[in-house]
Amino acid sequence: MHTTADAAPIALPGRPAPARKGMMRLPMIPKLAYRNLFHDRLGLVVTIVGIVFSVVLVAVQFGLYLGSENRIAAMFDHAEGDLWVVPLGTKSFDDPAMLSGRERHSVLSTPGVASVQELAVGFVNWRKPKGGSTAALLVGSEIREGSTLPWNVAEGSASALAAPSAVAVDSTYFQELGITRMGDRAEINNMDVTVQAVTKGIRSFTTLPYVFTTLSTARTLLGAPADQSSYTLVKAASGTSIEDLRAAIAKRLPDAEILTHAEFRKRSLDYWLFETGAGAALIAGALLGIIVGMVIVAQTLYASTKDHLNEFATLRALGASAGYINKVILIQAMLSAMIGYVLGMALSLAVIWAAEDSTLLIVMTPNLALMLLALTVGMCVLAAICAIFKVIRIDPAVVFSR
Amino acid sequence: MTNYMLEARDITKVYHSEAGDIMPLKGVSVELAAGELTLLMGPSGSGKTTLLSILGCILSPTSGSLQIAGYSTNGLSAEGMADLRRRHVGFVFQSYNLVPTLTALENVMLALDLRGASRAEAPDLAWEALAAVRLSHRANVMPSKLSGGEKQRVSIARALAGAPSVILADEPTAALDSENGQAVMALLSEVAKDTRRAVLVVTHDHRTLKYGDRMIRIEDGRIASRARRRSMSDAMLAPAAA
Repeated sequence: MHTTADAAPIALPGRPAPARKGMMRLPMIPKLAYRNLFHDRLGLVVTIVGIVFSVVLVAVQFGLYLGSENRIAAMFDHAEGDLWVVPLGTKSFDDPAMLSGRERHSVLSTPGVASVQELAVGFVNWRKPKGGSTAALLVGSEIREGSTLPWNVAEGSASALAAPSAVAVDSTYFQELGITRMGDRAEINNMDVTVQAVTKGIRSFTTLPYVFTTLSTARTLLGAPADQSSYTLVKAASGTSIEDLRAAIAKRLPDAEILTHAEFRKRSLDYWLFETGAGAALIAGALLGIIVGMVIVAQTLYASTKDHLNEFATLRALGASAGYINKVILIQAMLSAMIGYVLGMALSLAVIWAAEDSTLLIVMTPNLALMLLALTVGMCVLAAICAIFKVIRIDPAVVFSR
Repeated sequence: MTNYMLEARDITKVYHSEAGDIMPLKGVSVELAAGELTLLMGPSGSGKTTLLSILGCILSPTSGSLQIAGYSTNGLSAEGMADLRRRHVGFVFQSYNLVPTLTALENVMLALDLRGASRAEAPDLAWEALAAVRLSHRANVMPSKLSGGEKQRVSIARALAGAPSVILADEPTAALDSENGQAVMALLSEVAKDTRRAVLVVTHDHRTLKYGDRMIRIEDGRIASRARRRSMSDAMLAPAAA
């Protein structure tokens, strides 16, 4: 028999051995995934940058989309009414025309109507105090106790608009309107107006400044007769069927359209976001972000998998099931997703914070944050599938040829 | 009566290609007895690696039968074969094939994890396997910091972990210097003393002859000779009958 200097009986696995304190208790699959991921630091950085880029791009694009929705829908979210009587063919709130003038009385005489509010809306020419002019959208409403238009009044008060020629403008439009503070004077359609109230954060999607005033002042400034308005908001009496009321009003006003609050809101959103292509561009940007992120993650995960192909072949040779190896790759993808998501969200929130005082309205909601998380994880898992396809084709016999 | 941990009967392997059929194995029969170290020798291209792959349930034979620890591979799917080799076969590779991102201990724990050891028992079993190859002092060292001999000992510990019935070693000394090669063969010889286990070592190195209990010589896809320890040197010279 042969002899060796250090020959000793081989201890058989299964014999009790002293326990080691502080031993690694992390399961092997996540440990392997984590080590593979962090082994190639440069690859990891590239992956994370790709995911962060994707998360920020998608967050900003969808945030802008939501911000646009908020701006388009702002008037609807602050106007109280169940039904809107609008001129035939009206595309959105910011596309005003005038009703015939008999709507108020026709509506008020319809059974089931609790109250009516008229809005006079129209494009006007705003002449700046120091010269020059710009277009604006004048919104005239009945200012009374509990009126919801305008909202977010930061200086002065809505009731101050009851004064002759008083208007309210938003502080973010000061520069565009050529004014600097409350009390400044300007001209609308060659008539003097005074800024008696200042709102904060009411910006239009079209970028035209909103100018709020009373219904009567608006009619004067727009040169409209005393009974004419752009929209008539109808509040139904409690217990009245909205559909029945709509049908009854429609019968009385065949030259106008009667829309529910939700319908007019949706029509305005659809018009600006989809018919003009603005929303489609934002969604396309978000999709581009997803695609770019997915390609980067797929490419880096695939490269990482190729780098570790020998180890995966060894695992296969040692009897690892396809599921075991797939889990390693999927956990790698999930880890990348989590790191990328956290960093991406932090950067996105910083971008949103930085844009707060700009003309851009980027909105982050809990639902959007959750959707981004699902998107990031989904993107990384889809990207991992490319790597899994590579691994499941490994021939474990290659371990003998190296 | 001899207790065979592995029995292969009339193993044939045919690869079909446009250039014609290639037949690296032509009716090979091999038995690995418990408590023995068998050496598989032969020139390059003789079919050693193909045979090793089939014995390790990595490749399926075109015809013939294979039993490992009493379990037949007949009709097993790829996942079934993977399951059989996971439970009953330990591998030692020429290039060690350690996972570079895991420490020596973790490499052994990985094999235990694959074999279904619980998270509670795996560390102790891994320490024990490393102790068996006298490497517990290097347990937390990454493979890149280990010498070739140490890497191969970790590889042996990984093969030992979970107490498989058969250990298949593919040229385990080929990448080592003479001293480390001898030490690794001595270790495998010790491993083979366990009567619950059979060890097969594929080798080109005639200096390993002294460690084998039996030797099988394969040439051109057929068994050229078989010999027990006392007649190995003769068998190396004479292409005699099995």
